Amino acid sequence: MLSRATRETPDVSSLEGRYARDSKRKLLFIAVCIVLIIAVAGYALTINGRDLSMLECYRYVLDHILGKTYEYQSLDWFNDYLLWNAYLPRIVLGVFLGAGLAVCGVAMQATMNNPLADSYTTGISDGACFGAVAAIVTGFTFSSVMGSMGIVINAFIGGLIPAIILILLSNLVRMSPATMILVGIALSYIFSGLESSIMVLADADSLKEAYLWQIGTLGDIASWNQCYIPIAVTIVSTIILWLCSNKLNLLSLGEDSARSLGLDVQTFKTIIMIIVSITVAALVSYVGIVGFIGLVAPHLVRMILGGNNRYVIPASALVGSLLILVADLISRTVIAPEELRVGIVISMIGAPIFLYIILSRKRSYGEVFRCSGTISRMTAGCPTSRELITGGTGASCCTPASSWRPR
Amino acid sequence: MTTLSINDMDFGYSKDMPILKGIDLELCNPQLVSIIGPNGAGKTTLIHCLNKLLSPSRGTVLIDGSDVAEFKPKELAKKMGYVPYTSGDSFPLSVVDTVLMGRNPHRKWNTLHDDMIVVEEALEMMDIKDLAMRPFNELSAGQHQRVMLARGLAQEPEVLLLDEPTANLDIRHQMDVIRLLKQQSTLKGILVIMISHDINIAAKYSDNIIMMRDGEIYAVGTPMDVITVENMKSVYNVDADLMVIGGRPHIVIEDYDFTEEDARTLEGSYVISGHS
Repeated sequence: MLSRATRETPDVSSLEGRYARDSKRKLLFIAVCIVLIIAVAGYALTINGRDLSMLECYRYVLDHILGKTYEYQSLDWFNDYLLWNAYLPRIVLGVFLGAGLAVCGVAMQATMNNPLADSYTTGISDGACFGAVAAIVTGFTFSSVMGSMGIVINAFIGGLIPAIILILLSNLVRMSPATMILVGIALSYIFSGLESSIMVLADADSLKEAYLWQIGTLGDIASWNQCYIPIAVTIVSTIILWLCSNKLNLLSLGEDSARSLGLDVQTFKTIIMIIVSITVAALVSYVGIVGFIGLVAPHLVRMILGGNNRYVIPASALVGSLLILVADLISRTVIAPEELRVGIVISMIGAPIFLYIILSRKRSYGEVFRCSGTISRMTAGCPTSRELITGGTGASCCTPASSWRPR
Repeated sequence: MTTLSINDMDFGYSKDMPILKGIDLELCNPQLVSIIGPNGAGKTTLIHCLNKLLSPSRGTVLIDGSDVAEFKPKELAKKMGYVPYTSGDSFPLSVVDTVLMGRNPHRKWNTLHDDMIVVEEALEMMDIKDLAMRPFNELSAGQHQRVMLARGLAQEPEVLLLDEPTANLDIRHQMDVIRLLKQQSTLKGILVIMISHDINIAAKYSDNIIMMRDGEIYAVGTPMDVITVENMKSVYNVDADLMVIGGRPHIVIEDYDFTEEDARTLEGSYVISGHS
């Protein structure tokens, strides 16, 4: 208990000042990301065949938000109608898709204390694919709704099934994060097998439709009705996860440390996994599988801002949005008037970025530059194998073998 | 005054394999207590049972008469801190952010001015203020250890449990850290319980020592009571000479027979290490 009296004395201006400056640098990065998103979204709006500049697009959107109306079927009315109802939903959903997947990636990595975990670690993607493929090929739905909404509901419920199994198992059997990831992989394989077994029975048209569903696209988003649920879920989950950022930080030191710092680890992990599962299932069910965002965006942000989830969560959300917007822009323009699917573009640009991130690091992920585990307990104070090889620290505490002499 | 009572506590992962047997102890603050014993004696398991990381299969752990099992996690964290032997560092959190985690039991979402003052004090105590903005996962093992100790001090607990707090430190920092822990226990009235494999450091600075063997407390008391030639032989199976320096026991282990084969093995390692 450091006394109040002693708390008054030290000059904290330096540390607190440096910490505040560091926080401002992080906030500046977040502000720059917001500006870039607005810029890229504005540019994306101009690709509409209506010969509108970015400023005009911003003006129409702003005027619409402010409630401005135009003469029915005038040029302004058409521009406003098309921008607001046909083009903007796709861009806005892209922003929230990127944000949701990135934030869920951060949460899963923190919860699993593993930089390789991502939004799909619980097997959501294969579960959702199984649900969607079952609806497309066999017409089987988990609900009474048919058609495209039936596929969405199937994908949502299918995505949740492996997540629920994993959450239940992790509560029944106390699992380490590594075990949870392995169970998630196993569940993915199970649902992937089920999905394949349905697809081999499909006719050519159903097979094509089922295959295309699995590659995420924003091209099917043509109205706000398709956006409300994923956007609402993403906003709510992002706010909750951001408010949990301090607790997510605690998990980065390991579960024992987190418990000793007052975190009910099992309950917290269960809550986080439920939030992540619902969010990712809601996003995937509307746009299909878009990979890499949950991995690339958080790692990119951590390289620049460090690992404090208070900043990593909002910054990753923005970087994820930016990546999706850029990928969607490429998908719409690179082979115009045809369109690539955003899932393909993200894989093609996300994988090189991810490779760059992991190869440009000065140290490997998860590598620990110190004695660890039982062996080091037995040899505490002696050099690690790395130190032995490199002749680094620790040599001073062990007498060189050549100076030892048998009795 | 904080009293930690352990009443007839057993622990085992299965009934056939008890790890701890009949642990009965009462410790009061302020004091520095060292737990010593050979590998596998149950030292870390004992600390985990005290801190509710493991649930005893029998018996209770009480802080000031209240059962630890009944505490909510955050309430317990205000009373009892724990610095494990190793900790995760998968993500590049800064040193300040890592030490600030020690404030988690006391703070809400925001970081307050008072929290920063406590963190700065802890960093100064551990002589790592210059590392404050560095990424925690890029520090050396010794710096890593001092950051974790600073985090433990920033938690401001009444009972501080430490698993080999000096394992990765150089000799100067070992002495500094133990002196600091001793000083903190006196000044702030903390009950510091640490696991140590360095018997001489434990003997020099501890108020009391708990010697464990095979999941049981073999001896408990002042260093002079516990660190004896007979106990060293019985618990560690080593022959030791005992000196008394400044009123504290000091052990010198008698060298065992060093064979030609041992020498060849070590020289082999030495060649690999690149020293010549």
